[in-house]
Amino acid sequence: MIEANNISKFFGDNQVLKDITVRFEKGKTNLIIGRSGSGKTVLVKCLVGLLEVDEGYIMFGDRNFSQMTFIERKKVRKEIGMLFQGGALFDSMTVEENVMFPLTMYTNQSLEEKKERVDFCLKWVNLEDANKLLPSELSGGMTKRVAIARAISMNPKYLFCDEPTSGLDPQTAGVIDDLISRLTKEFEMTTVVNTHDMNSVIKIGDKISFIYQGQLWWEGDKKQVLTTENKELNDFVFSTELTKRLK
Amino acid sequence: MLSRFGRYIILMLKVFRKPDKMQVFWKQFFVEINNLGVESLGIVAVISVFMGAVVAIQTAYNIDSPLIPLKMVGFTVRQSVILEFSPTIISLILAGKVGSRIASEIGTMRVTEQIDALEIMGINPANYLIFPKVTAAMVFNPVIIIISMGFGLVGGWLVSVFTSLYTSYEYIDGIRSWFEGYTIIYALIKTVVFAYLITSISGFMGFIVKGGAIEVGAASTKAVVWSSIMIILFNLILTQLLLS
Ligand SMILES: Nc1ncnc2c1ncn2[C@@H]1O[C@H](COP(=O)(O)OP(=O)(O)OP(=O)(O)O)[C@@H](O)[C@H]1O
Ligand SMILES: [Mg+2]
Repeated sequence: MIEANNISKFFGDNQVLKDITVRFEKGKTNLIIGRSGSGKTVLVKCLVGLLEVDEGYIMFGDRNFSQMTFIERKKVRKEIGMLFQGGALFDSMTVEENVMFPLTMYTNQSLEEKKERVDFCLKWVNLEDANKLLPSELSGGMTKRVAIARAISMNPKYLFCDEPTSGLDPQTAGVIDDLISRLTKEFEMTTVVNTHDMNSVIKIGDKISFIYQGQLWWEGDKKQVLTTENKELNDFVFSTELTKRLK
Repeated sequence: MLSRFGRYIILMLKVFRKPDKMQVFWKQFFVEINNLGVESLGIVAVISVFMGAVVAIQTAYNIDSPLIPLKMVGFTVRQSVILEFSPTIISLILAGKVGSRIASEIGTMRVTEQIDALEIMGINPANYLIFPKVTAAMVFNPVIIIISMGFGLVGGWLVSVFTSLYTSYEYIDGIRSWFEGYTIIYALIKTVVFAYLITSISGFMGFIVKGGAIEVGAASTKAVVWSSIMIILFNLILTQLLLS
């Protein structure tokens, strides 16, 4: 479980996160939703420590992440997998080397053992024959899948995804959503996904936190999100022509 | 400007740490020796030969008194090549070639979140990315400079072969006259400092990029400009310190 307690984040005079308290539960796909610019990415970056919070603190289980030194954080970091918006694959390395990279840095496994793990992870994301390809040779959806494989190679307890489906066609986006949701259940991970894709929301949202202008505005699950009376959330959910007509 | 310098110092404190995994470091180190060093040898050789030749011809034309022996040509070429042309001019060339490469490589990794990805994995990205480059250049640039000195001297000798300004014997005699080993040490100390300046400044410029492709381009220009300025500045400082 991950907890953010009363966290605020400022950039100069601009307060991007306003006193947010939220819990992300184990074995569930926890979604953070909200309009562009509402502070989703900043929230996720604060959670993983890429940005420091100005007020409040973050707990990973019973460990206070915000008060740790770099060395102490390293231990927690080994339990974190993260999927970045653009994939963030290392472009000088092949797919296989990318997935193997955390193993090389942190374990003393033999090459065979590492390769076995890489193949296992790539199989999970349905990319069995891509080992020797370079990131520049992959499509957007493949890039995301390799990034997922790399994120899970160390068997993380916590998985973070920053807009995993942005820039993908609806079908491919569905595949990625399925993957994230299945991984979460199968490996009992605490998964935090930040998205503004309504398809993902109603498909995999075990727990949904709606961020509005830097504040935590609403919490619920994928059923409640469609029947809510909350005005701002309603505007967000039923903002496309398709959803409006369905309603 | 001052806060830039502060950030540079903070980054350097992160760069100079023990690598997470030595095995990985050594692999990177040799990759960088190849990328930053071996791949620069061609251009260095060509420039050095021409540099040596030009210094030789100019010196020969300027000696019009019969009282000055023509072996002065060889002597002058050797002194200028060792003291100034190889360590400083070649380092400036490397600042352009290697500096822009480092800044754009690291800058691209920054804007595509690859550096964030390293950080999430618990890796110190400054150390992982910049340390092998700095160390590889500091170790291998002296080799490049010694090779450059060799080619510079060959350049001066080639003039004696293709012209009648002076004979090959006079030139070689000049090269071997009044030699002080300390000049080589001085040149190599300068080279190591310049290698550090080029790689650390360029790494820094890449590391702090924000934005996209345009900013990466700007960072790579800044890397070259600032490395060059610092080389010129430290050339003066080191010359004062080491030769006076
Ligand atoms: N490094 C930064 N420096 C200054 N301001 C920032 C920085 N990062 C984000 N912001 C500001 O914080 C606000 C929230 O940005 P954020 O990236 O979290 O939005 P988002 O909800 O992820 O949007 P999107 O859905 O478009 O990705 C924006 O107003 C942005 O300008
Ligand atoms: Mg975002």
